[in-house]
Order: sequence, then structure tokens, then C-alpha cells
Amino acid sequence: MDQAIIGSIFTVIVFIAFIGVLYWAFTSRNKTRFEEAANLVFDDEEKPTTKDKQES
Amino acid sequence: MSETTQVQPNYNYKVVRQFTVMTVVWGIIGMSIGLLLAIQLFAPALNFDIPWLTYSRLRPLHTNAVIFAFGGCALFATSFYVVQRTSQVRLFSDKLAAFTFWGWQAVIVSAVITLPLGMTSSKEYAELEWPIDILITIVWLAYIINFFGTLIIRKTSHIYVANWFFGAFMLTVAVLHIGNSMAIPVSFGKSYSIYAGAVDAMMQWWYGHNAVGFFLTAGFLGMMYYFVPKQAGRPVYSYRLSIVHFWALISLYIWAGPHHLHYTALPDWTQSLGMAMSIILFVPSWGGMINGIMTLSGAWHKLRTDPVLRFLIVSLSFYGMSTFEGPMMAIKTVNALSHYTDWTIGHVHSGALGWVAMVSIGSVYHLVPILFGQPKMYSTSLVNVHFWFATIGVVLYIVAMWMSGVLQGLMWRAVNADGTLTYSFVESLEASKPFYILRAIGGMFVVAGMLIMAYNCYKTIRAPKAESINDASVAVA
Repeated sequence: MDQAIIGSIFTVIVFIAFIGVLYWAFTSRNKTRFEEAANLVFDDEEKPTTKDKQES
Repeated sequence: MSETTQVQPNYNYKVVRQFTVMTVVWGIIGMSIGLLLAIQLFAPALNFDIPWLTYSRLRPLHTNAVIFAFGGCALFATSFYVVQRTSQVRLFSDKLAAFTFWGWQAVIVSAVITLPLGMTSSKEYAELEWPIDILITIVWLAYIINFFGTLIIRKTSHIYVANWFFGAFMLTVAVLHIGNSMAIPVSFGKSYSIYAGAVDAMMQWWYGHNAVGFFLTAGFLGMMYYFVPKQAGRPVYSYRLSIVHFWALISLYIWAGPHHLHYTALPDWTQSLGMAMSIILFVPSWGGMINGIMTLSGAWHKLRTDPVLRFLIVSLSFYGMSTFEGPMMAIKTVNALSHYTDWTIGHVHSGALGWVAMVSIGSVYHLVPILFGQPKMYSTSLVNVHFWFATIGVVLYIVAMWMSGVLQGLMWRAVNADGTLTYSFVESLEASKPFYILRAIGGMFVVAGMLIMAYNCYKTIRAPKAESINDASVAVA
């Protein structure tokens, strides 16, 4: 195989991989999963507040 | 029960504290050397005829100090902090963390000693000689093991997106550093690259541009994805966009290197490929910038009262600006005008002082009170003063370099009717002098801002611990 064919195959593979990433990111099946992940920033500080509410 | 720290896992804040303090220290040192160099360009007598203080030897010290000492310490501090807090677990190994800190400081001190002595491999941003390169590799491996080890033992089910960026930054920098630093030593202080000719140039700029792409971008985007949402008090605008941002950015950046070698001995198709990839790179860069800035949507008023948030958001504006400028400068016809001129220096500093330094400074201002058990920084108004010093400094710097760069580009390409050059090089240098002075003034603002930051951090760290939150309202314009 010459370089041009290898290059073309690689381009197609990368394109399909990128479509895959888009699908994975935007499929509704992953919606809650990503919302959870987005809130990880606050998770380790929210614990005491929820605990407060349960105790009171 | 209102004490948050009691419920949190026992995080290793020691290494974060060490790296945070050294971020400020190396920032002042690296930027001060930069300021001296800026002044030397219009007052060359300031090298005092001492070889160690010549521009040629201090310039690599400046770049190494600001990128790897200031930027590096900021990355170590924030990545160790973010990976613990978003994984809700203590660092994998305290010993490796301590080794990473002291090892990295040893690398920096060796750079401070060897570069002014004139020991250099002559590769830009990779000037350090082979014994230091080996030390860097060992420290870096310890860093990687510790970071990924922490991710493996994490208590959360997801790996937060900031850690994806930090992880990509670490792995790629390891590959780049080892790949580009391959050399044959001829003595303890001298080695020669195993690559030759155009291949060496391509390796160098594959490394060089990805030092920008992964060290100075991916790593600092990791910082952005944690500290912007945290400081704004709301999750990132779109987590889904952040995933597309991540994969698009890391798969495109690696190809952009050849734009540093337009119109050289590099094969033409390689130059065109580098140009095309650099232009496409605009898309994920702006995707990330929009994601960061839009995190504030519905909370824009916070910018009015919170100078820390202002640092973070303005850093993203500079990021957007320089990632528009970069693809534009990578176009061969534009590059024909801009290459080898001060425009490049202006572009680099709009990224380095505007994006990298400001997002680091914002993160440090966020971290220092938390790490040292204080409710907030000693003085919020001094943070605000620093913000304006930094902004004015960067704007003066960039504008000066734009004007100087375009002027140089136009003067160098001007030809008379008979085909001879209109201007000599010295004439263009003379034309640049006023802009060099303006640039140095900008640099003074930046360094002064860093000194204010050091004072503010010192007062915060030294403040009595049990101090309660005083609710004096902060009046900022």
C-alpha cells in the first residue's frame, strides 16, 4: 500500500471515530450520566449540607 | 456540622500548598527576567558585559522559568488538588508527591544554574542538557503514576472532565519530551540530537507546538474546567460539549507543528498539512472557550464583585483571542508577513500572559485561602488591583508587539523598483525601539501585579487561623 491509500484509510477512520464521539456525547442515554459528572465539582462539599438537612 | 472539612476525605494538601507557593515565587522570578530582557532590547548595556547576563543566555532561562517553573508548579498544584477533590480520595502516594515536588524544584534550580553558564542543547523550550532531561523524565513518571493511581482508587463513578485534560497533558508531554530529547551525550554537559537536518527541525516543532498545545493548553483547560465552575458556583455550561472539545482538541493539536517551519526546507506538503490542521484547530479551541465563558450565563453579575472570577473569565477571552490569531498566523500567506517578527512574540504573550498566567493566578487566588484555612484572601481589593495591573500590562505588551511586528514585516519585504531591499535590518530595528519601550512598560505592570499577589498571599498565609468570616462588603467598581 502506498502512502496515499494509508492516508485515506486513516482519514476515514478518524472521521468515523469523531462521529462516534459526537454520538456518545449527545445520545440521550448518557444524559443523566454526564449531568452527574458535571456536578462532581461540588459533590465533596455538598455532603455536609445534605447531612444537616437529614438531621434537623 | 457546618464544617465542610470534617466530612471530606483526608486530602493531601501539603504538596498542593508547596506547589502553590512556588507558583508565585517562580512567577515573579521568571517574569522579572523577562522584564530585564525586554529592557535589554532597547538598552543593551544592561547586560553589564557579563556573559551570564547576556540576552542569549537569559532568554532560555526566562522561557523555561515561566513555562516549566511558574506554569509547571501551577499545573502540579491544581492537578493534584482537582484529582483529589473530584475523585474524593487522598492522593495515591504521599511519597511520590513529595518526590515530584522536590524533584521538580531540583530541575528548575539546575536550569537556573546551567542556562546562564551557556550549557544548552539549543532546542527551543528544550534547552536543558541530557542529565537534567533524565531527571525530568523520572519526576514526570512519578507524577503520572501518582495522578493515574489516584484516578484508579477514586470513590466516584465518573472521571471529571478536568482530569481528562490533565491526564492527556501528562501523557503527551512525556511522549514529546522523550521523543524530542533523544540525544547522544559527548560529555556530562554536552550532547547532540540524534535527528539531523529537516527531520530535527520537524521533531523540534512537533515538540515545540505541542508544548503549547498540551503543556500550556490542555493542562490549563483542566484548570479551567474545575476552577471556573467552582468559582462561579454552577456546573460547566455543557458537559457534552466538553467531551467533544477534549477529543477534537487532543486529536488535532498534534498535527499543527509544521506551521513553525513555513517556507523552510520542510517538504511543502508537510507545511500545508500543518497549516490546514492549525486552521481547523480554531473550532475546538473556541468550543472550549465558549463552554467556559457560558458557564457564567445567568450569573454574570458575579463578575462585578468577584475579581478572582474576573481573572478566570478574562483569561478565557485572551484564550479565544490568541486561538483566533494562531490559526490566522498559520496561514502561509499571513505567515510570510508575520514570521520572524515581533508579531509572533506578541501572539505568544497574549497566550502566555493573557490565558496561561491569568487562569493560573485566578486558580491560585481561589486555592490559597482554602489551603491555608482562611475564609478568603487577605485583601480582595488588592486582587482587584492585581487584575487591572495584569490586564493593562498584557494589553500594552500585545499592542506594542503587533505594531512592531507588522512594521518589521512590511519593512523587510519592501523592495525598490530595481529589486533591492528598501530598508536595512538596522533601520527596522530602529523603527521598533519605541514599541520595545512600550512593551517593557507593559511588563512592569505585569511584574508589579505579581508582587502585589505575593504580598497578598503572604498576608493570607500568615493571618491568624481562627479568624471568622468578616462580612465587610467588598466595594469593587
